[in-house]
Amino acid sequence: MIFNFIFGRHKKEHRQADALADLRVGESAIVSALVLSPPVAEHLMNLGIVPGLKVTVARSGPGGGPRVYRVEGTEIAMRRDVSRHIHVELLGAPAFGD
Amino acid sequence: MSASAVSCHAAARPSVDALGTAYRTIAVVGPPNSGKTTLFNRLTRLRQKVGNFPGVTVEHHTGYVRDAQGQEIALIDLPGVYSLSPKSEDEKVAVDVLTGQMPGTPRPDAIILVLNSTNLHSHLVLAARVIALGTPTLVLLNMADELHKQGGHVDVLPLARQLGTPVALVSATTGEGLVAVQNFLNSAVARPEPLELPVVGSTRGYREWAVRVGENAKYRRPATPVWTERLDSVFLHHVWGPVIFALVVVGIFQMIFAVGQAPSNAIQRFLDIIGGRVGTYLPQGVVSSLIINGVLKGVGSVLVFLPQILLLFLVIGILEDSGYLSRAAVIADRTMSRVGLNGKSFIPLLSAYACAVPAIMATRTIESKRDRIATILIAPFMTCSARLPVYTMVIAAFLPNRPLLGPFLGTRAAAMLGLYVLGFLMAVLTARVLKSTILKSKDAPFILEMPPYRWPTISGLGLRLVDRGKAFVYRAGTVIMLVTLMLWAATNFPLHHGQPPEVQNSVVAKLGHTIEPVIRPLGFDWKIGVGLVTSIAAREVIIATLGTLHGLDPESQATDLQAALRHELTPAAAVALLVFFAFAMQCMSTIAVVRRETNGWQWPALQFGYMTVVAYIAAFAAYNIAGRFVR
Repeated sequence: MIFNFIFGRHKKEHRQADALADLRVGESAIVSALVLSPPVAEHLMNLGIVPGLKVTVARSGPGGGPRVYRVEGTEIAMRRDVSRHIHVELLGAPAFGD
Repeated sequence: MSASAVSCHAAARPSVDALGTAYRTIAVVGPPNSGKTTLFNRLTRLRQKVGNFPGVTVEHHTGYVRDAQGQEIALIDLPGVYSLSPKSEDEKVAVDVLTGQMPGTPRPDAIILVLNSTNLHSHLVLAARVIALGTPTLVLLNMADELHKQGGHVDVLPLARQLGTPVALVSATTGEGLVAVQNFLNSAVARPEPLELPVVGSTRGYREWAVRVGENAKYRRPATPVWTERLDSVFLHHVWGPVIFALVVVGIFQMIFAVGQAPSNAIQRFLDIIGGRVGTYLPQGVVSSLIINGVLKGVGSVLVFLPQILLLFLVIGILEDSGYLSRAAVIADRTMSRVGLNGKSFIPLLSAYACAVPAIMATRTIESKRDRIATILIAPFMTCSARLPVYTMVIAAFLPNRPLLGPFLGTRAAAMLGLYVLGFLMAVLTARVLKSTILKSKDAPFILEMPPYRWPTISGLGLRLVDRGKAFVYRAGTVIMLVTLMLWAATNFPLHHGQPPEVQNSVVAKLGHTIEPVIRPLGFDWKIGVGLVTSIAAREVIIATLGTLHGLDPESQATDLQAALRHELTPAAAVALLVFFAFAMQCMSTIAVVRRETNGWQWPALQFGYMTVVAYIAAFAAYNIAGRFVR
């Protein structure tokens, strides 16, 4: 933990931007699907992670902890274990909202 | 819900008749972070009380306001909910109250729906669900000041037309626009007639509807507050984030001990003066002994913690209301996930350093039932403020204070710190064991909304302190008073020729001698044994108990008790006593609250058994190991 914390992660990741977790800080994408258990998906959608809306990676937490995402002015922190199940599309305009 | 169902519900509601009878019960509903509580506090001030709905653990406040005729109206502050699908306990409570299915609570005549105007699209989703209930509703778009300051905009009239309800743009913090609430209370409003409600079923459908409604009301979302961005870039920074987090946690303790000590001493002095007065006015005898040794001493030994507990709640309140606590949870999440819990357990565990009771109530924010129970089970290992006087007394009696790290850390402070670490390590170990055995579950997802930073309001903090202070004093006046009275009786009976017996012949001594064989291996004698039994009521009671047993005057200085302790315990046994108190679940209030929060006796029973066994084994080990090094 301390090692990771001090030196950061040096894992080379191939970029396959179909999950929210694969976006870099500052990047945005359109949510396409939430492949999560119904209560978790429902909770996320109530917070604003709704298919069709644009999500931005606002900042990464310290030491590889949860990252903060912004959707329509709401900021939501979640771990990678959730965000990698949120499918996104890099290109295109939001289906609705702004 | 179909249109016919809506009108059917409305027809069944008798309160709005042709004469326009005023409302009696109004539910206040809103999502978390909508400023609902601030609004509720602003409307009702101190005219509110805390209660529990039957059968559920969700706490709620009921407050009272008056309409223009002076008629009293009850406002029920429901838990913050994002939707009305009864999945979590909070949501089920909200739905049951709103639909009149909560036993003992009448179906509300009207609803005040509080939404955050800076986050309208998201919150209108809840509005659609609430309006569909068909109850007369006032929609308040809160945080108007923030909306305008950050360049946001919304037209109230088109919104009201679309929702079919009165809508007002208000600010609970500044009081702006709240006259709308008074107007609503004074005039019965018809049931809502929205132009169009979203198709039931898909959240996306609700959201699309919300965006459409927002567009028609010329809604423009405000920019993210600059300060929130700036502060987050520091508080969630890779290096500064954890550093500040550590400073905040250390600062809290420092403040509580440094600042809380003076008012604690003042309360002690005040109680001593009262004791002295009573002693001079009342004739020496059973009655004065009852009042001085029973009531004043027992209750007083608990009341002296009031300042420290209020301080802790004040600090946690400031952190929570300002928005920092959500960031702290993000920082703590990584560490917490190592022991199988998530960042949301951090807040309750931090509160447990003040007192396990509010901490266990704070676990309600943890969605995963297993994680919640694990957090409840480890919370009492955190060094609560009730252990403090026990630690202070024993350490002061046995350990001379010498500088250890220059002027920064003395031996006594180091010993105290060691005990804090000991409790924390046992909590972590227990969490690990629980999460890999009986409470094994997949990692609960950590999903947390990050509210913008805000200034905490004085009234919000004040009301919270009044609430907690009342609960604490009530506990001191009931449970602890009862135990000290029983102890007093047990030391003063059976009467010997009309006189109280020598301590050795009293009921309490018999009890002590009965359990002595069990605690002998820890180096304790019967007096400590009695202390261990009475301190099941509350840890700090052991001090009052030992004080009474040593036949000390209530006005006696602590040094006398310390001398008595040195006479009674070997240094090794003193170490064992400290270790025992670090681990044992000596607190009736905690047991009661665990029973209430877990809806049964099995968890508190398991917890009490486990903690007592751990405490016994650890104290036994400590006694034998310490015996080799100190004499």
